[in-house]
Amino acid sequence: MQIQEEVLQVLLIGIANGAIIALIALGYTLVYGIIELINFAHGEVFMIGTMAALTIVTWVPSLFGVKQAFTLPGPIVALIVLGSLVAAMVTCALLNVVVERVAYRRLRAAPKLAPLISAIGVSFVLVNVGLLWKGPSQLNFPDLLPQVDIFRDWLGINTLVLFTFKDLLAIVIAVPLMLGLHLFVQHTRLGKAMRATAQDRDAASMMGIDINLTIALTFLLGGALAGAAGAINGLYNNSAWAFQGFRGGLYAFTAAVMGGIGNLRGAYIGGMAIGIVAAISDRVIDARWTQVVVFGLLILVLIFKPTGILGEETTERA
Amino acid sequence: MSAAATTSKARQNPAFGLRRNGQTPDGVVRNAVLVTFIIFLALYPIIDRGLGLQKMGAVPGILIFTILALGLNIVVGFAGLLDLGYAAFFAIGGYTAAFLTSPTSPLAPYFQTNFYVAMILSFFVAALFGVILGAPTLRLRGDYLAIVTLAFGEIVPRVILNLEQWTKGARGMKAIGVPTLPTVQNGQVGLYEIYNQNQTEWYYLIFTVGAISVFAIYRLAHSRIGRAWMAMREDELAAGAMGINLVQTKLLAFAIGASFSGFAGSIWASMLQFIDPFQFDFSISVIVLAMVILGGIGNTWGVIFGGAVLGFYDRILTSDATSWLRGIGAAVDLPVISSVLKEIDLTNFKFGIFGAALVILMLTRPEGLFPNRARALEMKGEAGPEAGDAITTEERTAAGARA
Repeated sequence: MQIQEEVLQVLLIGIANGAIIALIALGYTLVYGIIELINFAHGEVFMIGTMAALTIVTWVPSLFGVKQAFTLPGPIVALIVLGSLVAAMVTCALLNVVVERVAYRRLRAAPKLAPLISAIGVSFVLVNVGLLWKGPSQLNFPDLLPQVDIFRDWLGINTLVLFTFKDLLAIVIAVPLMLGLHLFVQHTRLGKAMRATAQDRDAASMMGIDINLTIALTFLLGGALAGAAGAINGLYNNSAWAFQGFRGGLYAFTAAVMGGIGNLRGAYIGGMAIGIVAAISDRVIDARWTQVVVFGLLILVLIFKPTGILGEETTERA
Repeated sequence: MSAAATTSKARQNPAFGLRRNGQTPDGVVRNAVLVTFIIFLALYPIIDRGLGLQKMGAVPGILIFTILALGLNIVVGFAGLLDLGYAAFFAIGGYTAAFLTSPTSPLAPYFQTNFYVAMILSFFVAALFGVILGAPTLRLRGDYLAIVTLAFGEIVPRVILNLEQWTKGARGMKAIGVPTLPTVQNGQVGLYEIYNQNQTEWYYLIFTVGAISVFAIYRLAHSRIGRAWMAMREDELAAGAMGINLVQTKLLAFAIGASFSGFAGSIWASMLQFIDPFQFDFSISVIVLAMVILGGIGNTWGVIFGGAVLGFYDRILTSDATSWLRGIGAAVDLPVISSVLKEIDLTNFKFGIFGAALVILMLTRPEGLFPNRARALEMKGEAGPEAGDAITTEERTAAGARA
C-alpha cells in the first residue's frame, strides 16, 4: 500500500469512528452547555442504546422464525436496521429524561460535587442494568450490512483502500443527525429557548421560558443522539458489552472538551479529531496504547487550552 | 470590639464554651461512642473469634480501604480538590513494593529490600507522583480537575498493563515481600514472616499503620498547613490574599494525599502476594470517594465510619445477605416469593445498589452522615447567596406561570 493510500485509509477509519464519538460528544456538550454538569452517566446511556438495538436485531428475526437476520430478504433487513436505530434512539431519549428528572433536577442549585457524584451513581446503576440485561461478557452484534467494498465494487477504482458500506452508513446516519440538531438549535423556537437557558437561566425564565421543560428537552435530544451512536456502534463494530460505556463516554468527553465544551460545532470537530487520532495511534503506535494517547491528549488539552478549539470563555464555578 | 470582650462573650455563651471542652452531653456521648469504637477495632480479632464471625479474611482489606479514604479526604475534604483517579496512587504504591521486593521484578538482580523499607519508599514514590500530577493541574478547578485526575487514573493501570517487560503485564507480579512481626507460631514467640493466612497479625499491622495515619492526619488538619488547606477550599482568592502560598499548599495536599495511598498500596500488594493492573480500575477510585462522601467530607472520624460501612457492604454484606435471603426463602415457604428469594444473587446487584445509594445520598443528605460543620453548609448550598436566589427566582416564575 502506498503512503497516500495508507493515509486515506486511516482517515476513513478515523472519520467513521469519529462520527460515532461525535454523536455521543454532542450529548455531553448539550448538557454541559445548559446546566454545567459533566453527565457521567452519558456513556452508559450510549451502552444501553447498543443493547436496545441488539434486542431488536435478535428479536425481530425470531418472529420470522429465522435464527440469523441476514438470511431474510434485503428490504426486511433494511427495516430491521432502521428499527433498531429508532428503538435505540427512543429508549435512550426517554432514559436520559428520566435520569435528569430523578437524579439531577433537585440538585441544580447545589454545589457541583453533588450532581457529579449523583451522575456517577446513575452510571453504576445503568452498568448494572446492562449486566442484568445482557450479561457480563462481550456479545456478538449480528453483522447485517452488505459486504460492499465501495471503491472497487461501486466506483471501479483499483485501490487497496478499503471503504465498506458499513463505514459509509456510520457517516450517512451520523451527519444528518448532526445537521438536524444544528438546525433545531439554531432555527426553532425550542432551540432558541435552549440557547437562552444556556446563556442565563434566570433571565430566560423571566422571559417566560419553561426551564424544566427546556432542560428535559436537552436531555431528550442528547439521549436520542447517544442512542443513535449506540445502534451505529453495534452495527459498525459488531460487538456489544455492558462495560463499553465507560471508554466510549470518556473518548466522547475528550472530544467535547477538545472541541470546546458547550459548543455544538466543537463537538463534531472534536469527535472527528479523536476518531482520527485514535486511528493514527492504532496504525502508527499500537492499539494497546491508543487509550493512553487519547487520555493523555485529554490531559494536555485541559491543561493548556481548557476552552478547547472553538470554546469560548466559560465561567467556572468550582 | 476588643479581643478580651470577644473571649468573655464566648465564655458567657454556655454552648460555645462548653462544647470546646467536650463537656456537653453531646460531646460526652460522642467521645463515648468514639472510645467504644476504638476499643472495638482494637479487640476485633478476639471478638471475631469469640463470636465465630469468621470475617477476618475480609476485615484487613476493609481497613486498607479506610486508610485510602483517609488519604483521599486530605485532597478532597481538606483541600477541596476533587480527585477521581485516586486508585492510580494505590497502584503506584503497590507496584513500588512489588518492584523492590519481588523476585519477579526487573530490579531483582540488582536490588532487593525488605517489606518495611519498601513500604516507606512507596510512601515517597506515591508522593512524588502526587506532585507530578499536581504540578500541571494547579490552575484547574472543579470538574476540569476531576476529569484530569480521572484520565490520570485510567492511564496509570493501562501503562502498567502495557509495559509487560517490566511489570509482567496482565499476568501480574507475585511473591511480594512480606513483613516480619514478633508473633507466636507453633507455640514459640519470635520474629516470623507473616503471610495471607496470618490474618490476625495482618490486622494488627494495618491497625497500627491506620492509627498512626489517623494521628498524623489529625495533627495535620490542626496545623498551619491544615488551616491553609481549608482556607484554600473555602476561597482560593481570599486565601492567596492572606499570604498563603497556593502552589505549595496544593502540591502538599496532592503529595500527602497520594502518599497515604502509596503505603496502603504496598501493604495491599504484600498481603495479597499478588498484584495486577486490573485491581486498580475506576470503580476503586469511586468506592474510596464514596467512603469519604458518605461519612462526611472533611471529617476524619466520619470518613473512618464511611470506610467501615462501605467496606462492610462491599466485602461482606453483598455475599452474606444473599445466603440470608435464601435462608428466608427456604424458611417462609410461600409460592412465588420463596422461589424468587432462592434464586436471587445480590452480588449481581452490587453495582446498582451502590450507585442508587450514591444518588439517594446526594438527593437527601449531600453533606454525608457526619459532616464537618462548614462543609455541611457549603453542600447544602446555604453558603452562597446566588444559589438561594436561583431557587426563589425559579419558584417565582413557576408561580407566575400558574397565575
